[in-house]
Amino acid sequence: MAWSVNNVWLIPALPLAVSFVILSLANSRRKSAAALAVIGQIAALTLSIFAFVTTLQTPGYRAFHNFTWFTFGDSALGLGWVLDPLAAAMLIMIALVGLCIFVFSIGYMAGDKDFTRFFAYLSFFSAAMLGVVIANSLLLLFVCWELVGLASYLLIGFWIHKPSAAAAAKKAFITTRIGDMGFFLGMIWLYGNSGTLLFYDDGRGCLESAGLVMLGSSATFIALLIFCGAVGKSGQFPLHVWLPDAMEGPTPVSALIHAATMVAAGVFLVARVYPLFAFGDEDGVTPSLTVVVSIGVITALMASLIALAQFDIKRILAYSTVSQLGLMMVSLGVGGVAAGIMHLIAHGFFKALLFLGAGSVIHGVHDEQDIRKMGGLRFLMPVTFLTYAVGMMNLSGVPFFFSGGWTKEEILHATMRWHASHLPHYLMLAGVVLTTLYMTRQMIFIFFNNRRAVSDLAHESPRVMTLPLIALAICSIVLGAVLTPAWPWLHSYLTGETARFDATLFIQPVLFVSLVLVGAGIALGAWIYRNAGMEDRHRPAETDPLEHAQPALFRFLEHKMWLDELYERTVLASSRAAARFSDWMDRHVWDGFVRAFGGLGQLFGIFTTNLDERGINAGVDETTSGARGLGRVMSGWHSGQIQTYLGAVAVGMLALLIIYAWLA
Amino acid sequence: MNSVAFILIALLTLAAALAAASLPKLIHAALSFAVTFVGVAAFFFLLGAEFVGLVQIFVYIGAVAVLIVFTILLTRRDVGKDRGFNWAGVFIAIAVFAGLLWAILKTQPLSIAAPPIEALTVRRIGEVLMTSYVWPLQCVGLLLTAALIGALILVMEEKR
Amino acid sequence: MTPTLQLFLIVAAALFCIGLLAALSRRHAIFILIGIEMMLAAANLNFIAFWRFGPQPQPPTGVMVAIFSIAIAAAEAAVGLALVIAVYRHYRTTNVDQLNQLKG
Repeated sequence: MAWSVNNVWLIPALPLAVSFVILSLANSRRKSAAALAVIGQIAALTLSIFAFVTTLQTPGYRAFHNFTWFTFGDSALGLGWVLDPLAAAMLIMIALVGLCIFVFSIGYMAGDKDFTRFFAYLSFFSAAMLGVVIANSLLLLFVCWELVGLASYLLIGFWIHKPSAAAAAKKAFITTRIGDMGFFLGMIWLYGNSGTLLFYDDGRGCLESAGLVMLGSSATFIALLIFCGAVGKSGQFPLHVWLPDAMEGPTPVSALIHAATMVAAGVFLVARVYPLFAFGDEDGVTPSLTVVVSIGVITALMASLIALAQFDIKRILAYSTVSQLGLMMVSLGVGGVAAGIMHLIAHGFFKALLFLGAGSVIHGVHDEQDIRKMGGLRFLMPVTFLTYAVGMMNLSGVPFFFSGGWTKEEILHATMRWHASHLPHYLMLAGVVLTTLYMTRQMIFIFFNNRRAVSDLAHESPRVMTLPLIALAICSIVLGAVLTPAWPWLHSYLTGETARFDATLFIQPVLFVSLVLVGAGIALGAWIYRNAGMEDRHRPAETDPLEHAQPALFRFLEHKMWLDELYERTVLASSRAAARFSDWMDRHVWDGFVRAFGGLGQLFGIFTTNLDERGINAGVDETTSGARGLGRVMSGWHSGQIQTYLGAVAVGMLALLIIYAWLA
Repeated sequence: MNSVAFILIALLTLAAALAAASLPKLIHAALSFAVTFVGVAAFFFLLGAEFVGLVQIFVYIGAVAVLIVFTILLTRRDVGKDRGFNWAGVFIAIAVFAGLLWAILKTQPLSIAAPPIEALTVRRIGEVLMTSYVWPLQCVGLLLTAALIGALILVMEEKR
Repeated sequence: MTPTLQLFLIVAAALFCIGLLAALSRRHAIFILIGIEMMLAAANLNFIAFWRFGPQPQPPTGVMVAIFSIAIAAAEAAVGLALVIAVYRHYRTTNVDQLNQLKG
């Protein structure tokens, strides 16, 4: 099985190569582009399964392969890849979800003229993310991390002719870059203190005990700086603003960003460098982990509140992603690393399902995204409806049947066991209700109630789009089998223990609490929205019941808590003011200096001009006229007679001969 | 080496050369030119470089002399009596000859008699050409090709 | 008496000067070419003579130089005669006295 360890690098390399091949194809080779991308993804999935099987050998399996990239002076910069349960589980999830999204895209993008370019970018995106997962060096991880950022930029701005798409791509790129700045600083600091960026290196890596001891108290700050990168990528407060705007990209891209690749990278990063966060803990509490929990709680609650007041089908899902990522961060922060990663994997499946379902709905109703204009689609698009409902149940955390439910239980357990405070636990319970509420609202608006104008055009999507939906729905249910507390196989796989079956653990007290909460959420949603949009089938539902009750609060939420406007007024305004100030300084202060220097130069110029004209020029003129006279004389000698020239050569030869003989 | 042969060849060569340089009619000069080169080739034979002598005959009598005759024919309208003679040239030529003669006589000769050598066979020349002189040979081949193409382009009819 | 190196050199010098004479004195372009060919032949004669009377006649160095020199002279003759024809076509003359476009 050493074979699969040494060749783990092939997993990202294959999709990467495929993406370059597709880029070089002609625009018209649509079938080969799609086939290549899917084949590349299948190859990556196959290799991932091999890698996964390898990690099953022993509990807590970990193998890595390091090599030196380059050396400067005494220190060498190493790169490498690592294969452990965390990486293997992520590899499978990314490759599998990616494959479903690729297949779905064949149907969804069928009418687009840049079909081949789209698949090249998709493969590139997948390759970059797979690279993040297997990296055994913070540097390699950072490189792939930035490639993920680049790919997301290319894909969010894929419809480049739409100004809003271009702006969203720019916003995503710059906002995540702010976080990456911190990540980069943390990386440099880490290298400065420990002298290595390798995670695992036979005891010398920066995540192993020897390396951590070298860091000492700086570990907290390094961890927080690295967390900045995760905040940017995973859309945590206050850098979450790019994520809802990223909806401007094609829907499969949103699915890929929100489920498998981009946002997962931040959570994965925290899980990967978790020893840094947990270094020097007391009962599992460190300052850096407390920060992670706080950010996670704020993000989760804020996003689910905002999601309640959105009307764009994809925006609601986007905010739900933000809130779920907050939940995962909370889980990581309270010490439930395995629970967080489990939720990340389960979330990858059901969020991809939801996004692809949303894509199917949008495709079915001819590019309409406003849920107020939809309604009664449940009979028109049955497959989409059923799979979407599965996704909704997963997201809401309905226990027993859905993987999302089990992982949510795990996280609630983890928060309950946190020693610092129980506040996150109760806030997360509130989050469960909110999540259920906004998902119920969305379901009612889209699939229930009266049909509206756009519904009449609706049709079920083609097989190539519904099959991935069904596959993802089945995955998200079947995955639940390895997540139950009775047989927590995935949990023990990730933590390196052996799983035991214990049916008595099947029923937990928290389970009833969350069952009650979910039930309450759905019931509340059904009651609030029972009359939503029942009035007139030809006009969109103008008002939301909540809007009636609390117009001010609703407007506050609808405008995303005015956060974009706040940034506009503060960050952007101050940077604009700084720009204006620099401009003023440039015009009035620096310009003065420049002008003064220019004046000096001019004075010098006048001086040299005089010198030139009076002194040097006279001499040059004399020389020139002399040369002209000489030239006139010489040109007289040029008769144009070739024999004269030849004779001159002969005379010259004679002269040389005489001189030579004389000297000899 | 036979001194009688040397004297005869030298007389023939120099007389033909003088004729080639001074005969007023071009066609006569061209024929004298050919005779001059026969004489030079005879010198080569005398010196034991038979191959060079043969090459001399092939190239000069066989090709260059014929080319000159053709050129004379092609520029016939201009060909008649050569008009005028530059006496300054005669003076310079005699001066150069005097200088050379003085230099030759003043210098101590390397050896009085030619050392005996085994005959220089064509086989040996071929071997040397293909080993130590293969690069010059290639270059000369390239040069001849270029000259061939160049000469053709020069004499092509100008397009109107 | 057998011919010595000096005798060969004197004959070659004479041939060279006759060639020079032709090149310098005659007005016709073809004569100039003939003169140049004679000068080249004189040089070849010198090469062969130096080789034959030289201290190391075994490697055929002089012969080789002469062969290459003949080849180059042939190329020169071909191009030179082509030039004569081209000039004649253009100016309707081969008299070098009248070809003075390069006059300063």
